[in-house]
Amino acid sequence: MYVAVKGGERAIENAHRLLAHERRGERSVPELALEQIAQQLGLAVDRVMTEGSLYDRELAALAIKQARGDMIEAIFLMRAFRATLPRFGSSEPVDTGAMQIHRRISSTFKDIPGGQILGPTFDYTHRLLDAQLADGFVPEEPATAEAAAPATPRVTDFLGRDGLIERSPGAEPDAAVGDLTREPLSFPAERDLRLQNLARGDEGFLLALGYSSQRGYGRNHPFAGEIRFGEVEVEFFAEDAGFAVPLGSIALTECQMVNQFKGSATEAPCFTRGYGLAFGQSERKAMSMALVDRALRARELGEEITAAVQDEEFVMSHSDNVQATGFVEHLKLPHYVDFQSELGLLRKLRKEFADANDVEPLQEAAE
Amino acid sequence: MAAGDRDSNQARRKAAMAVLAQADTREIAKCLQSIAVPAHEDLREPENGLIMLRGRIGGDGAPFNLGEATVSRAAVRLSTGEVGLGYALGRDREKARLIALCDALVQSERLCDSVETLIIAPLRADILAKRRHKAAQTAATKVDFYTMVRGEG
Repeated sequence: MYVAVKGGERAIENAHRLLAHERRGERSVPELALEQIAQQLGLAVDRVMTEGSLYDRELAALAIKQARGDMIEAIFLMRAFRATLPRFGSSEPVDTGAMQIHRRISSTFKDIPGGQILGPTFDYTHRLLDAQLADGFVPEEPATAEAAAPATPRVTDFLGRDGLIERSPGAEPDAAVGDLTREPLSFPAERDLRLQNLARGDEGFLLALGYSSQRGYGRNHPFAGEIRFGEVEVEFFAEDAGFAVPLGSIALTECQMVNQFKGSATEAPCFTRGYGLAFGQSERKAMSMALVDRALRARELGEEITAAVQDEEFVMSHSDNVQATGFVEHLKLPHYVDFQSELGLLRKLRKEFADANDVEPLQEAAE
Repeated sequence: MAAGDRDSNQARRKAAMAVLAQADTREIAKCLQSIAVPAHEDLREPENGLIMLRGRIGGDGAPFNLGEATVSRAAVRLSTGEVGLGYALGRDREKARLIALCDALVQSERLCDSVETLIIAPLRADILAKRRHKAAQTAATKVDFYTMVRGEG
């Protein structure tokens, strides 16, 4: 238990001044501009937007700068900012099938309609540090090629046409969409809530859980059916306009995991699916999310629940890094009163032990 | 107004908004200078807020809440009575106000043609050119993976 303490105002103020000084660093070195962070540390911005659950590149860049590059601190700042604005409503669901593609690959079919498009990727790099980048490196202009008609159906769409893969669950008419920012979590949780939780969940946590499923803890035989990154247009049904108003575009990464098949006496066997969706170019996150989404469908698919990754209460209660860091880091705050009472109890127990065993209690230096 | 008129009116407003929402604030302001904009007032002060962005399970299934985005909105009324609405992602309130003004002008019978020619068309051309450029860069990274066929001997 944390009991409020008073005092230390001057020290706290000075500590924050010192923090601002350290954040700025050596003053002869140019200060970072937000635009530099947004452009040159773009994947950090994507992660802070995804887990901060707020799409705004400039704000995410500011959060990273303010947090000195501490990602979870930056994510915390985004979450706190979000609470200061009113919500106008919800967007129409985005259509990832109509994405303007910047990258799109499938590891299950080499000849997918629309082609395999690598885009800007670390894949196939040699992971050798590049000394050229240390100072003043000017990259070549990107190569260009004639762009064909941009019909890029989802891989799961054409598998679905042959009935080889299960269909996505359809929308129940008038069913409310679960929102964990409005309602506290309760279990069992439906898939919409689980996906919202995973979408804002910590990348490292989901990566580790997804990895554990690959290593055999709740194995589900995944293939990366498709990963796509690009821009989708967002529309919002505005009451005052009476129609869905275009708001502009956002960048998204989508992962369709294709998993072990499932059939029954009444249904022909077909592949099952896991789904991942994240802001910006967040490939590792979207893949991990899709692995965990599939594992969490164990109950629905009648699979035995044996591993942490299949336990929705365990996963959803621990995926949020802002909550997690809040509880872990609160241990730093003064717990003096709490600790004193524990200390008092321990002394009493030791005295009872000494009396019962007829030994001389040890003198304590702290007393 | 007949239903058909309302639909075509809405379609025109929506098409203009789709371009304006993607455009840069300064570019919109620059294009607006080429039009004799009638007197107008803010019907709703530009403001910032959030919308909850939704995806679909599996890309095509039931909706779920993905995360929020900042958004700006405004409403402008022309002295001739048309009310325009402006919505755009981000916290740029001036952009929302300019979009609202353009939306009002799109609804003005007298001005809608020049708005299309002098504002929407050039902005659209600019956006499409940028998009084509990006698409050409992306297309250069298209690969043809092939599986090795086992040779003889």
